[in-house]
Amino acid sequence: MQDYQNQKSAVLEILDAHQTMPGNLLPILHGIQDTLGYIPPAAVEDIAKALYLSQAEVHGVISFYHYFRDTPPGKHTIHICRAESCQAMNGKALQEHAKQQLNIDFHETTADGLFSLEPVYCLGNCACSPAITIDNEVFGRVTPEKFDQLLATYKGAE
Amino acid sequence: MTRLFISRDSTALSLGAENVVKAIQQQISGKGQTVEIVRNGSRGLFWLEPLVEVETSQGRVAYGPVQVEDVASLLDAGLLEGKQHPLYLGNIEELPYFKNQNRLTFARVGLTDPVNLTDYLAHDGYRGLKNALALQPAEIVKHVTDSGLRGRGGAAFPTGIKWNTVLNAPSDQKYIVCNADEGDSGTFSDRMIMEGDPFVLIEGMTIAGLAVGATQGYIYLRVEYPHAKIALNQAIAAAYQNGYLGENIQNSGKTFHLEVRSGAGAYICGEETSLLESLEGKRGLVRFKPPLPAIVGLFGKPTIVNNVISLASIPVVLDKGGEYYKNYGMGRSRGTLPLQLAGNIKHAGLFEAAFGITLREILYDYGGGSASGRPIRAVQVGGPLGAYLHEGQFDTPLDYEAFAAISAVLGHGGIVVHDDTVNMADMARYAMEFCVEESCGKCTPCRIGSTRGVEVIDRIVDGVQKDKNTELLRDLCDTMTYGSLCAMGGMTPYPVLSSLNHFPEDFGLQAAKA
Repeated sequence: MQDYQNQKSAVLEILDAHQTMPGNLLPILHGIQDTLGYIPPAAVEDIAKALYLSQAEVHGVISFYHYFRDTPPGKHTIHICRAESCQAMNGKALQEHAKQQLNIDFHETTADGLFSLEPVYCLGNCACSPAITIDNEVFGRVTPEKFDQLLATYKGAE
Repeated sequence: MTRLFISRDSTALSLGAENVVKAIQQQISGKGQTVEIVRNGSRGLFWLEPLVEVETSQGRVAYGPVQVEDVASLLDAGLLEGKQHPLYLGNIEELPYFKNQNRLTFARVGLTDPVNLTDYLAHDGYRGLKNALALQPAEIVKHVTDSGLRGRGGAAFPTGIKWNTVLNAPSDQKYIVCNADEGDSGTFSDRMIMEGDPFVLIEGMTIAGLAVGATQGYIYLRVEYPHAKIALNQAIAAAYQNGYLGENIQNSGKTFHLEVRSGAGAYICGEETSLLESLEGKRGLVRFKPPLPAIVGLFGKPTIVNNVISLASIPVVLDKGGEYYKNYGMGRSRGTLPLQLAGNIKHAGLFEAAFGITLREILYDYGGGSASGRPIRAVQVGGPLGAYLHEGQFDTPLDYEAFAAISAVLGHGGIVVHDDTVNMADMARYAMEFCVEESCGKCTPCRIGSTRGVEVIDRIVDGVQKDKNTELLRDLCDTMTYGSLCAMGGMTPYPVLSSLNHFPEDFGLQAAKA
């Protein structure tokens, strides 16, 4: 709760900017996640109040969508595609390799706070499977070796 | 100044196009020369990306696939003059893979600067809108009906009939919604249009607005497509600045506003009613139909919901007339379908073809067989809810009715290839698992049935009461097919049953087929 006091003004600002927009809940949630990296559970009350919704409704929307998260992400978020096209090109082995290298499961963050790992169902990069993204960067034909190189590059940039 | 073309398409970027751009700029400025690098869409021949094209007096000359380490030798060999080099491809449009396509919807993709309005206008852009502005709404709809265009999102509903319903629905406010929630694995044609020629989508939506009297449009774009969002917003801004969007479009007195909205990673929001719920700011729960969205759609108003490719095909229909478009294709499948070759295939990419081409031609003549070099065993057409086809079905022509006749779908035109290392019981199990993850939860057969489906498949594979559990799986699929409101639960049985029927040996069952 202490933390949320520092985030509250950003949330209120986003709510204010979307006040008159029709169907504004998803744009608001995106705005908050883009700014803070996640949607703090404590923000639900403010969102509900501003939109004349119940907190249950707001929570329902946040939890319905895979993309929204209610915990802080690592510095970089890695999305690995689990869909059929990537499976046809050894995507499953890549998923296992990534979990092992990072020593975490899907929806978890490494102990050093550097990487979060998330599954995704298709990045539209199916012509160059298997595909992953790191933050907003897409990578194609990702072998375990290439995955390790990418990790090293991101770690090296620290 | 010499002009180079290097794609800004996500897939080209995923293979290192950005680094190639930087390397060329750096090395050229080191030589004291300057070039203009246009960031175009992709030609769709992805095994050749990153592709570098140079404009010469003999036309455009292509090189690919280009990596950073090739740049020095390319420049030494005379890249800027289109000279020979091991990566030299000549004019990309002369390669059979490109030449034998019918590029109607994708006419400009890869050719032009996607966000440059002048370039768009110079390549026949906004000719459809110009014609539409001179027509009555019913006449615009008639062109679309005459074209025979059917919804390219997957359901293949006749676009003209949908538009006519919205046209005849009286209301003070109507909406045009573009379904850009392209979630099917193995599909990327929507993304390629939005990144490679966003104006054609904007023009198509504007024409739709004129046709039915809608003044507001929304593009519901999946959040997994950040590059498409950038390109769309750049193009929308240019269209507003130049009087192609907003009030009084091209001094016609007509109004059309357009906005991009981001989805949030829910596959179900590609279902049109779920998408509308999401746009309204709710959970993406599927709605009952009727009422149809054409009558009671977004915010309760009459709404056209069309897929990206459907809307992006409208400008050519209005430019050249419904009859022109209709002359491509076969049977009741008119025009062209941008096919997307993906998975384990040598020449993966986009191939826009008139309906009627066979799967075998696509897979072997153009696709070049599997990427691994092993035999192709199973091909899933139409996304995760599409049936798996086996070798014996590869001569089926791409036609909505021909596919329906073999209990399969064309869907959004995605083709995912698997070689003989695939285990089809795993794929069937995955289809059920995907339904568990992505079901909106409204219909019991979809929400609960998918979980039970995973369990039953596990039991069959483990050899537990095989016959009884196989019967149970078929019964469960029957319940899902007929007891679900939308295609999520209703079509998950397609990949499951086709795997079971065509590849029973993977389930440890004896082949029943003759």
